[in-house]
Amino acid sequence: MIDLSTDCGGIKSPNPFWLASAPPSNSAYQNCKAFEAGWGGTVWKTIGGPVMNVCNRYGSLELNREKLVGINNVELISDRNIETNLKEIAETKRLWSDRAVVVSLMVESKKEAWQDIVKRTIDTGADGIELNYGCPHGMSERGMGAAVGQVPEYCKMITEWVTEVSSIPVLVKLTPNVTDIRFPARAVKQANADGIALINTINSIMGIDLDTLKILPSVAGKSSHGGFAGPAVKPIALHMVSQVANDPEVNLPISGVGGISTWRDAAEFILLGSSSVQICTAVMHYGFRIIDDLIEGLTNWMESKGFSTIDEIKGKALNQISDFGNFDLLHKTVARIDQGKCIHCNLCYISCEDAAHQAIDLKKVNGYNETTVKEEECVGCSLCALVCPVDECITMVRVDDESASKTWNELTSEFKDQGKPLTWENLAEFQKKYGIEIH
Amino acid sequence: MNRANKLTDEQYENNFEELTPPFTRNSAVSEAFRCLYCFDAPCIRACPTHIDIPTFIKKILTGNPLGSAKTIYESNWLALTCAKACPVDDLCEGACVLNEKGEKPIQIGRLQRYSVEYYLDSGKGNLFNKKSFNGKSVGIIGSGPAGLACGAELSLLGYKVEIYESDKVPGGLNTWGIAPYKTRQYDSLREVELIKNLGVTIHTCVTIGQTISFDELLNRHDAIFIGIGLGESENLDIPGENLKGVSGAVKLIKEIKKEKWSSIDIGRRVAVIGAGNTSIDAATNAKRLGAEEVTIIYRRSENEMPANNFEYELAKSDGIIFKFLTSPIEIIGNSSVEGLRCLKMELGEKDEHGRRKPVPVPNSEFEIPVDMVITALGQKFNAEFLELIPDIKISNRKLLVDTDTYQTGNPKVFAGGDCINGGKEVVNAAYDGKQAAHGIDRFLTNTP
Ligand SMILES: Cc1cc2nc3c(=O)[nH]c(=O)nc-3n(C[C@H](O)[C@H](O)[C@H](O)COP(=O)(O)OP(=O)(O)OC[C@H]3O[C@@H](n4cnc5c(N)ncnc54)[C@H](O)[C@@H]3O)c2cc1C
Ligand SMILES: Cc1cc2nc3c(=O)[nH]c(=O)nc-3n(C[C@H](O)[C@H](O)[C@H](O)COP(=O)(O)O)c2cc1C
Repeated sequence: MIDLSTDCGGIKSPNPFWLASAPPSNSAYQNCKAFEAGWGGTVWKTIGGPVMNVCNRYGSLELNREKLVGINNVELISDRNIETNLKEIAETKRLWSDRAVVVSLMVESKKEAWQDIVKRTIDTGADGIELNYGCPHGMSERGMGAAVGQVPEYCKMITEWVTEVSSIPVLVKLTPNVTDIRFPARAVKQANADGIALINTINSIMGIDLDTLKILPSVAGKSSHGGFAGPAVKPIALHMVSQVANDPEVNLPISGVGGISTWRDAAEFILLGSSSVQICTAVMHYGFRIIDDLIEGLTNWMESKGFSTIDEIKGKALNQISDFGNFDLLHKTVARIDQGKCIHCNLCYISCEDAAHQAIDLKKVNGYNETTVKEEECVGCSLCALVCPVDECITMVRVDDESASKTWNELTSEFKDQGKPLTWENLAEFQKKYGIEIH
Repeated sequence: MNRANKLTDEQYENNFEELTPPFTRNSAVSEAFRCLYCFDAPCIRACPTHIDIPTFIKKILTGNPLGSAKTIYESNWLALTCAKACPVDDLCEGACVLNEKGEKPIQIGRLQRYSVEYYLDSGKGNLFNKKSFNGKSVGIIGSGPAGLACGAELSLLGYKVEIYESDKVPGGLNTWGIAPYKTRQYDSLREVELIKNLGVTIHTCVTIGQTISFDELLNRHDAIFIGIGLGESENLDIPGENLKGVSGAVKLIKEIKKEKWSSIDIGRRVAVIGAGNTSIDAATNAKRLGAEEVTIIYRRSENEMPANNFEYELAKSDGIIFKFLTSPIEIIGNSSVEGLRCLKMELGEKDEHGRRKPVPVPNSEFEIPVDMVITALGQKFNAEFLELIPDIKISNRKLLVDTDTYQTGNPKVFAGGDCINGGKEVVNAAYDGKQAAHGIDRFLTNTP
């Protein structure tokens, strides 16, 4: 039996799939409907002080025919009265005791304001709190959201105010709009946070309408950077999750957010250390019903791999993350083209010819263009395999005999021991010894 | 009979090659990507079994083909045959919103086949949990799609299920009726196997009414489901019908599914009477067996023809000749068929269904030289058998049932499939069988 239940910093849920704090988690109606569909938890749309939203809040990144590859927004925190929100949170938790109800908070940077809202949140019976240090627009102009998340000292100060009075777990949601995510993460760790959620949205401009020259989205002719989310941000989020997960000074449970649309994405976040995952854009596109495939797909995959709990996969891929200096320079791969599968589009040829190392031959054979790899020229960059439209037509095959390995760090320290300076000539001597030719 | 030359095995294989080849993973994913994942999608409503099509397609895209198959089987136990044999242009694919966008609809049937075959090939066991045995048993007459679907569903609901089938091989017309370029016997038997694995027992070579009486069956079981389908092709009721070289379409197609193709004799010139989907199946099958000239004879015009567009196009591309407004009056020949005497018709007043009635053109008799005549005017309704069952009602060659519970006039007896709808598609029988299982369950558990 596969058990998907999870615990993220003391917040338990029957499966790792939570709604991210965003429009899908705006009301009791929505959160209850999501729970009905099977979601394991929710982070309620951020509540706090009075705000008003504007029209045309969203812009979409459309790639070829695919809609909402990314979404950008200038939406603020919840624009519903705080009393209404607190009442609905209590009602939702009462109806759904087995699901995680986490409340996202953001108020002015004043101790009383934070401690007051924390207490009122605890009174709803919620399972946890998430501090929103991420909102990159509007709120930050008022000294909140990313304005806090970008200054580790502020992160620490406010988190301390909260953890001082909170009897329930406190997660802190970080902004990715920083140079090194580990600094705010360490700051909240020092302030006794129970976990970290990341990432919030990334500063962005969606584009310009070339007919009207208006920047998108346009609010009556004015625009601003908005927060970017959706499938396009996943690689950035994965990286930041792994950085926080691997940082010995942080060592906190993680709720992974950013670009998750399918169970596969979720599995990747968990493999890089997330205890739960949060989803916004995919729900905005397709609705709560995607939970069916999220749960089933993850379950089927775990079963096929022989895993039975989330803990078994959590962080399982993290130990591979290393410095470039530890990569094996003698690991040699080349591209192989399966002529039986090739459909003769020649994209591998032109990408290699114009943008890589001119290692693919193009010859007319029986009226077709046949592409073949000149293995002695191939540097194993894999560009051809990446552009090939046919599954498993071009594969990267290991060709070294695995007898030797040498990392950059080992090589340079050997040079040092031997009193050799790092020069092109000395490097060439090493390359020659192992038959590596760079043209 | 003046019979057509036999072909080589390779020629037969080529002729009967499947019309729509399977998707590879790559092509399935590319096609799945085109699906918009509509909410409350028109394709779902157009499918008689209401498969959640956008969801199963989305699961192909996310790399969850097992889950995809599960979504399909939640609604339809005959998912493989339906994927390959459903008239999708009239159903799901015809309803796809992309048609309205001016684009090609999603190839739903092919995608369904992809997921279903992935599951069947995976060797993974049952997709659903069975309720524990509730002490009750249901007898099912007929192992066609209606009987199989009913049995599968009842088995999940905790019933002991026994299917009685007069043929040696189970599956009904799924095994013996669907054209071989759509499905092979193998496909149908895979589906039968899946349902047997749920715990359903199938007794073959048992004809209810002969081997076992209906009363005996009523004694053995708490409820009965009738899924006997229809019978052989209707007679033409014209002189010459007993000549050698006259065959019913259903019988001929069964032979094609059952026997080695080279052992089947087919005329050089073949006339097929009627223009429904079965007529087209018979005509295209005859052509594939080597007939040189195949003519479909239909007494109304192209506009009234019951065959759907897909089948009509297939027939035309096979070079089948259509003689509309033509009615056969006599099959001529000494011992075997030599020709067909026909009358020309014209369309007159509308009948009660609003279709214009064909009326003969005076003095228009003519003859067509043919060596074989295949009759395809629909299938016989087995009234003799059904009339043995107490309290059952029949009207207009259909066994009457409650539209919600599928209960007949006899409270212990339920029915579905071709015998209640006059002959529709596999997908309708699959739906009926499943719904009837719930009707039976409600009856036996006293739930309204
Ligand atoms: C030539 C032909 C081609 C077709 N092609 C298609 C197609 O491409 N696509 C499509 O969707 N539909 C097609 N159909 C229609 C489809 O096959 C039927 O709608 C469907 O099979 C009906 O299912 P059923 O279970 O009601 O009956 P059947 O499939 O007819 O099964 C009835 C079963 O009951 C058994 N039986 C009958 N009497 C008794 C008895 N007294 N005791 C025990 N067993 C009994 C029979 O032997 C048979 O196995 C075709 C039909 C024909 C005739
Ligand atoms: C329209 C919109 C509104 C959002 N509002 C909030 C918010 O109020 N509080 C918050 O913490 N994050 C908010 N977010 C960020 C999301 O919670 C999430 O971190 C981000 O969208 C990345 O996840 P995704 O790729 O699944 O969308 C919002 C995102 C969007 C698109």
